[in-house]
Amino acid sequence: MTRFLLRRIAHAVFLLFGVSVLAFFFTTFAPGNYFDDMRLNPQISAERLTALRADYQLDRPMVVRYLRWARSVLHGDLGLSFAYNTAVGPLLWTRARNTLLLTGTATVLTWMLALPLGVWSAEKLGRPADVALSWATAVLLIIPDLTLALGLLVLAVRSGWLPTGGLVSVGFGGFSAAHRVRDVAWHMVLPVTVLVASALPVLLRHVRAAVAEALEAPFLRAAEGHGISRGRLLYRYVLPAAAHPLIALFGFSLGTLLSASLLVEVVMSWPGLGPFLLEAILARDLYVVIGGVLLSTLFLVAGNFVADLLLFWVDPRIRAEASRR
Amino acid sequence: MSTRSRLLLCVAGLGALHLGVACAGFFAPYDPTAQDREHPYAPPMPLHFVDARGGFHLLPFFYAQELQAGTFDQYLENRSRAIPVEFFVSGAPYHVLGVFPLRIHLLGGGDVQMYLLGSDGYGRDLLSRILFGGQVSLLAGLIGAGLTLSIGLCIGTVAGFWGGWKDEVLMRVAELFLALPWIYLLFAMRAFLPLTVPPLKAFLLVVIVIAAVGWARPARMVRGIVLSAKERDFVRSARGFGASDAYLLRRHIVPETASVVLTQAAILVPQFVLAEMTLSFLGLGVPEPVASWGNMLSSLQHYNVLVSYWWMYLPALAMVPFFLGYLLLESLLQGSYATSKIE
Repeated sequence: MTRFLLRRIAHAVFLLFGVSVLAFFFTTFAPGNYFDDMRLNPQISAERLTALRADYQLDRPMVVRYLRWARSVLHGDLGLSFAYNTAVGPLLWTRARNTLLLTGTATVLTWMLALPLGVWSAEKLGRPADVALSWATAVLLIIPDLTLALGLLVLAVRSGWLPTGGLVSVGFGGFSAAHRVRDVAWHMVLPVTVLVASALPVLLRHVRAAVAEALEAPFLRAAEGHGISRGRLLYRYVLPAAAHPLIALFGFSLGTLLSASLLVEVVMSWPGLGPFLLEAILARDLYVVIGGVLLSTLFLVAGNFVADLLLFWVDPRIRAEASRR
Repeated sequence: MSTRSRLLLCVAGLGALHLGVACAGFFAPYDPTAQDREHPYAPPMPLHFVDARGGFHLLPFFYAQELQAGTFDQYLENRSRAIPVEFFVSGAPYHVLGVFPLRIHLLGGGDVQMYLLGSDGYGRDLLSRILFGGQVSLLAGLIGAGLTLSIGLCIGTVAGFWGGWKDEVLMRVAELFLALPWIYLLFAMRAFLPLTVPPLKAFLLVVIVIAAVGWARPARMVRGIVLSAKERDFVRSARGFGASDAYLLRRHIVPETASVVLTQAAILVPQFVLAEMTLSFLGLGVPEPVASWGNMLSSLQHYNVLVSYWWMYLPALAMVPFFLGYLLLESLLQGSYATSKIE
């Protein structure tokens, strides 16, 4: 177990290191930097620009910058943002919190819908109910999230039923606690709908396939013969047998918590990582971009790690193999 | 219907859709960049067959939208005059497939501006822009997928066939690319390249960025196929007869990967069209005045456009039939390869 854990952690560190080096490598070749626009400003002299570039270490070679940046990562700063003139870490964190609120809710909802629907559809495999559900998922699958997000936004604007963007209403500061929760939840309806609709079909298909395969197993015939009820059979016997691919998928959903909603956030002007990173790209605020990429990689690695741990816990075969090694 | 004929039907349908976009100049009534500052945000003018007095017309006609005095975007339909649609009219010059110069258009409104799907803020015909924008978006998807699959095929074959340290290094890099969420990768790649560039260069940049992001998955799948193919008996015996590596690859190994490559192509093309749309929508892709499905939608980021001009949303629907076609193609391909394996 310890060896297994150590191997995974070493792999994760290697991956993060690789990503950061790659990002830095690209930044040195990137044309232009944050201070380029200032050259056009007659009020900023050439000497002042040189001084600014020196202040932010932009004139140093890549290796020096990388080492200094690595040291600031160890402090949790992740470098300095040019635009905000503060450490990137806290900036990213406040935005990531909003993103996680959105994607966390969407992920929980997606799984809560996909599991029962998938089991139900696998049980009725090939019958009208299953076929109807397959068609519904196919329709969701061919509507890309950009189309869906913009379409819902147009509908919301024209009907006026739902807020069209942002996290809170005007005057949020004066609301009572219950009112605040309601207000945020109200603003989450549209983006969460889009996220669920874009993640659900893929997940549903996997659950259906996995459960349908598990339903073929002979041990189920035996369990049925023992007179175990259908519901208990499906959720206590079939679902664990189908768990293997689903756990890997769950790890993937955890891993994409920071990246699944970027586009939706921009469309719905949700104050999360999406608009923040877009702004940073357009302004060439490089450490913010690198920090965002690194943070999302960390999440993906962590998601896979959690999936591995869960598999280890659920599947005795993996445990046996690991202890034999 | 057999799988084969269904597959043919699906390919024919997709081909027809693509041909329609490739011949955008013929189906589009106007030049996509021609501006009509007298008619900004003109609403769609639907085709009618029955006029206001109940008279039936054999050929479709439309009513002109006239700008109300004192406003800049309020239109009134002029029901008193039914304007017949003219067919095969001579209009703005264009090139079919970028080569053959022509002037003939399928539809035209004569002396009245005909906006079947409305016009945008510069008075540019939305229908023409959707058709021409499709050329940019689909071409980006197709070239991007072609590039990605070529890279993936090369890398996967090298890693699988020769193995050893090459395999080790290539698959580690592939893992790196798989580990990164693709939208971040797209963002990051774009962040490290110049921002303001002319349209053609921007288009090439977008294609390269998209292709550079997606090669890892096909490479890994190709590697798996190559690994199993090179241990097959007929490959071993060919090697025993003294076949060279190049012959083995060309004759026996690479053809084995066709099923994976084709299925991946059906998955990647729509995904890459969407990637181009995403980048252009966010202002990181193909810039104005060239139309692309993505940058046409970016005006919806302005609240007033969203509220007042719903037809600006139409470009988002243009890709849906293409996506349907590609999804069908993918499932049919997977089905046909699954059954051919059983046979």
